Amino acid sequence: MPRDRSIRSVLIIGSGPIIIGQACEFDYSGSQASRSLREEGIEVVLINSNPATIMTDKVTADHIYLKPLTKSSIKEILQNHNIDAVLPTMGGQTALNLAIECENAGIWEHFGVRIIGVDIHAIETTEDREKFRLKMKELNVGVCKGSTATSFLQGKEIAQEIGFPLVIRPSFTLGGSGGGFVGSQEEFEKALDHGLHTSPIHEVLIEQSIMGWKEYELELLRDNNRNIIIICSIENFDPMGIHTGDSVTVAPAMTLPDTVYQEMRNLAIKMMNGIGQFAGGCNVQFAVNPENDDIIGIEINPRVSRSSALASKATGYPIAKIAAKLAIGYNLDELPNAITGTTTAYFEPTLDYVIVKIPRWNFDKFQGADRKLGLQMKSVGEVMGIGSNFQEALQKACQSLEIKRNGLGADGKELTKQEDILYSLANPSWNRLFHIYDAYKLGIPPKTIQNVTKIDKWFLHQIEELVFLEKEIKKYSINTIPKDLFKQAKEKGYADRQLGHLLDCWESEVFQKRNELGIKRVYKLVDTCAAEFEAKTPYYYSTFGEENESEVSDKKKIVILGSGPNRIGQGIEFDYSCVHGVLAAKECGYETIMINCNPETVSTDFDVADKLYFEPVFWEHIYDIILHENPVGVIVQLGGQTALKLAEKLERYGIKIIGTSYEALDLAEDRGSFSTLLKENDIPYPEFGVAEDAETAIELSKDIGFPLLVRPSYVLGGQSMKIVINEKELESHIIDILRTIPGNKVLLDHFLDGAIEAEADAICDGENVYIIGIMQHIEPAGIHSGDSYAVLPPYNLGDLIIKQIESYTERIALALKTVGLINIQFAIKDDKVYIIEANPRASRTVPFICKAYDEPYVNYAVKVMIGEKKVTDFNFNPKKHGYAIKEPVFSFNKFPKVNKELGPEMKSTGEAIYFIDDLMDDYFMKIYAERNLYLSR
Amino acid sequence: MLQQKKDKARLLLEDGLLVEGVSIGKKGTSGGEICFNTGMTGYQEIYTDPSYFGQVVINTASHIGNYGVINDEQESDGVKISGLVVNEYSSIFSRYSAEESLQDYLEKNNVVGISDVDTRKLVRHIRSKGAMNVIISSELSAEEMKEELKKIPSMVGLELASKVCTDEPYFIGEENAEIKIAVLDLGVKRSIIKNLADRGCYIKVFPSQTTFDVMEAWNPQGYFISNGPGDPAVMDYAVDTVKNILDADKPVFGICLGHQVIARACGISTYKMHHGHRGLNHPIKNIETGLCEVTSQNHGFVISEKDVENSAVVNATHIHLNDNTIAGIKVAGKSAFSVQYHPEASPGPHDSRYLFDQFITLIKNT
Repeated sequence: MPRDRSIRSVLIIGSGPIIIGQACEFDYSGSQASRSLREEGIEVVLINSNPATIMTDKVTADHIYLKPLTKSSIKEILQNHNIDAVLPTMGGQTALNLAIECENAGIWEHFGVRIIGVDIHAIETTEDREKFRLKMKELNVGVCKGSTATSFLQGKEIAQEIGFPLVIRPSFTLGGSGGGFVGSQEEFEKALDHGLHTSPIHEVLIEQSIMGWKEYELELLRDNNRNIIIICSIENFDPMGIHTGDSVTVAPAMTLPDTVYQEMRNLAIKMMNGIGQFAGGCNVQFAVNPENDDIIGIEINPRVSRSSALASKATGYPIAKIAAKLAIGYNLDELPNAITGTTTAYFEPTLDYVIVKIPRWNFDKFQGADRKLGLQMKSVGEVMGIGSNFQEALQKACQSLEIKRNGLGADGKELTKQEDILYSLANPSWNRLFHIYDAYKLGIPPKTIQNVTKIDKWFLHQIEELVFLEKEIKKYSINTIPKDLFKQAKEKGYADRQLGHLLDCWESEVFQKRNELGIKRVYKLVDTCAAEFEAKTPYYYSTFGEENESEVSDKKKIVILGSGPNRIGQGIEFDYSCVHGVLAAKECGYETIMINCNPETVSTDFDVADKLYFEPVFWEHIYDIILHENPVGVIVQLGGQTALKLAEKLERYGIKIIGTSYEALDLAEDRGSFSTLLKENDIPYPEFGVAEDAETAIELSKDIGFPLLVRPSYVLGGQSMKIVINEKELESHIIDILRTIPGNKVLLDHFLDGAIEAEADAICDGENVYIIGIMQHIEPAGIHSGDSYAVLPPYNLGDLIIKQIESYTERIALALKTVGLINIQFAIKDDKVYIIEANPRASRTVPFICKAYDEPYVNYAVKVMIGEKKVTDFNFNPKKHGYAIKEPVFSFNKFPKVNKELGPEMKSTGEAIYFIDDLMDDYFMKIYAERNLYLSR
Repeated sequence: MLQQKKDKARLLLEDGLLVEGVSIGKKGTSGGEICFNTGMTGYQEIYTDPSYFGQVVINTASHIGNYGVINDEQESDGVKISGLVVNEYSSIFSRYSAEESLQDYLEKNNVVGISDVDTRKLVRHIRSKGAMNVIISSELSAEEMKEELKKIPSMVGLELASKVCTDEPYFIGEENAEIKIAVLDLGVKRSIIKNLADRGCYIKVFPSQTTFDVMEAWNPQGYFISNGPGDPAVMDYAVDTVKNILDADKPVFGICLGHQVIARACGISTYKMHHGHRGLNHPIKNIETGLCEVTSQNHGFVISEKDVENSAVVNATHIHLNDNTIAGIKVAGKSAFSVQYHPEASPGPHDSRYLFDQFITLIKNT
């Protein structure tokens, strides 16, 4: 069937603020879907309360509602627009739940809106564990023994019947909230109670445990003609027992024979057809018994999911884009394959490479959190590595994580205590993967490792091989290592830095030697078809093969460094800026080259930049791309700390940094020089000191005076930032910081107790400064700016204060010779404005201001950075009406034991925007009244 | 096992491209026509498919050998390919029911292979230059390989079915089954026979050069013309057999080479494709139902689209969505149909198994 012409306007529901279990993958899917529908001439109306998204940009949709995701917002939209259909499958569980709520309230029917892309009844079947189980039985799909309980007593009866170990899964919760494994009666009763409370309908499923079985996912697409294709198979490295979102995953499936895979494919098709007839995407999860290849259906999600974002990036097949087209009536065979341009979208991708996804956790932000991984997702982001083999992909993913490791192993950071390793293998946390390596290195028998972890022996053997290789390499020095061994190490993904560690030499010597030996990185295409057809997509990954497919054009080029994995303090806001950086550089006539390794992002969509290198934002990879492409320069201002911290090395290697120079970036970070600059410009700042050990810090504290704000330099999101009130606290915190970041210069600031905080973002071309916005925090100083409610523009700062802020912002921007964006944080006490810090880069608040004022500030800033425009060239026209409130959003519910107190270290995972007309607004009054509630140190 | 010394091997293409890698399988020299299969699963089924006789297969999947081999998953009595080329060759295997490693299996089956090769580069080369002959060796010099390569015959004009088919007829299934099917073995895959047997048929498999009369004497209700290797243009003996089946108005179903033979029996010519279709993700559209199916394919020759267009006897039923080649036909006024692809899959998706049901229905209705 061709397109349904009766659909002329579509409402897309976004996923709201970033929380654990629902991250920026839905910005990627929502943006793709919106573009896909607009291509068809359909009017797209979009609702999302998350301002830091590309999907809520004017370039993406026709009408954008930055409103809370509630029934009343939906009603308002439907009153304003003549909407034909709603597409609720692009905004995760949040969007689906809202669609169901509106359905139950009769809103869709009242306004004559059709639900497309999913069947509401299908959601009920898939989200209600008991209905799902019954449906699977009806379809003759294997499921775990189990049944649902709505009361404590009922739960206990079920447990008695099935026996331990058991799994408890509350119905209708996100990312498996409140679920868990239980092995004993005592554990069970606690978990049952918790599960019943967590489920919004107070229902839990109690099931037989299949912990240790192999775990797989398939991504499906179906059209109205019931044509189904499987986009990707994903195998979990971590077997059943760890949430997929917290598992290391691999695509394509590595250990599945064709017979078992096809059986799984058949079951997936049967399951999708069984839950309802709708045109769209679907994700199905399976467990396979390693002893007899028995397959059990675990769950089915009738929507675009985190895994479909991963599958899109893993295969190159644009799932969300095609799913949107299917929702408006197209059949798969009527749509062109975007990759080849010649074949159709009815096509199952085949991979001639391997991808490995590793989650990124942030347990350090949640003191007291249970760090053990289980059924409930705890990671905040993820990275993907692409390689010609599993080991290469694995090493590249490890290099992408930014956890101060240079890859897997070979960096002197291994555990050597057998007891600790075995504990970690049995109690998986964020570092188990690394400890498996350590276990082999220590000589723990492979059988023991497998028995404890239940990880498939093929995967384990891959790691064992790396350990053997490491031991072999250690026998040589840089001058004696045989070429074959060297080449093998590079083919298996070892970074020059890792080899430097093993060969006891510098990274640069390894680099030089491998180039001398002619062991060169080449770039291959991600093309969905294993090179069977010519592909038109500029999507590359590196490997050590023979043929290089990335042809270098003679156009002038700019490299934009991405922000790597999402984590607290550095999330989607930076990807937002990167995407706009790419678009602006394109407008200026440059060929744009994006380097990033986060599969959840819009920046890694192959049609954003002219060329996408899906590579770790890790020196070696970046430098090789730069040598290959020879760009005019590199933009480091947009990708958060990930990109910024590479500035020094870029400078050292003579590579041009676009915009603000490295000296200025460094000056702003170096507290001493920065304070001198402030002093010269007659700008006040709190008393401060810089210490490299605890003793100096205590000496300094005597002059500065308590309370002190203590923090390491060169970090983002207030990592390890703390307010201390006495010498004892100071000493212990300094020791903590220096243990995690050895050699760091720790900053001690006099903390202005009870001060009001504000921040300003500005664009500067070196001569002129334009302040794009000033935001005033609602909570008093002491809560990290990312965690505080903030209001744009300020709600109760006097003219004099604003004037000071403006004047200081201008003076600092010029003094730092800023070319591009700058963010400055202020503390205001007794009518005096103090500078807390200045960051000459895109900040977390820039996307918020862009949305609130409806202006493309990142675009302007990038044009200024490149030198294409001056600040005076733009006609600034911010839409100022009322106030915009930035509302921080936390994921504390994932960590039941964590204290919800806030302090100088950022803990929120996302943010929402809320517009108010005036300060009499109820919402504002409430948060203002509660401003001191959660402050701690 | 882990740090075993790896012997070198080399691969030489007819157009002079020389690639170095590591010797896998048996040490020695072997050659044939090079082709690539893009499937991500099912290496054992591919290697044992008789249609690959005389060919050297490149697996584009990055890892091969991960789950070992298992006798039940062979498509014939042993490996049929003339050699294999892979990227990463697994030194261990992981599957509870696996009987041995791929390495042991290949050595036992005397198959020469090469690993640690930039397979993607080779595929791109073949994609642009087309199918050609190749030689792999772990022992010869490049010069010697060049000489050996010259001795390998071109696939065009080569009859191979009689080399891989059964010598003597044999039976499969329940003797007193309702339906009896005669299979003309041009290199039949076991899973085809299994699909027929699973549908309650009693099957007698005949050698490729068996005549219609001999088969008819067994009194089957339907005929199946199997897949197999080689050039359909030189399969006159099978074409004659099919002509006789059609003349007798007997139900007939053909797969792959069998499909090409049926087409030829109806006056449709075949030609050699640039580099063929080999993989598990080939998109086919059934023109009669409008539905699509993902299919397993393995063919280097195809029937002429032009001839089908101009034919009064043959109608296209399926087309290949990637390049619009004809993937299925039926014969007007006869109970005869055939497909270019592999509905039995093995390896590959099971989307097209309805064709076996269709064949059974056809027999029952005739």
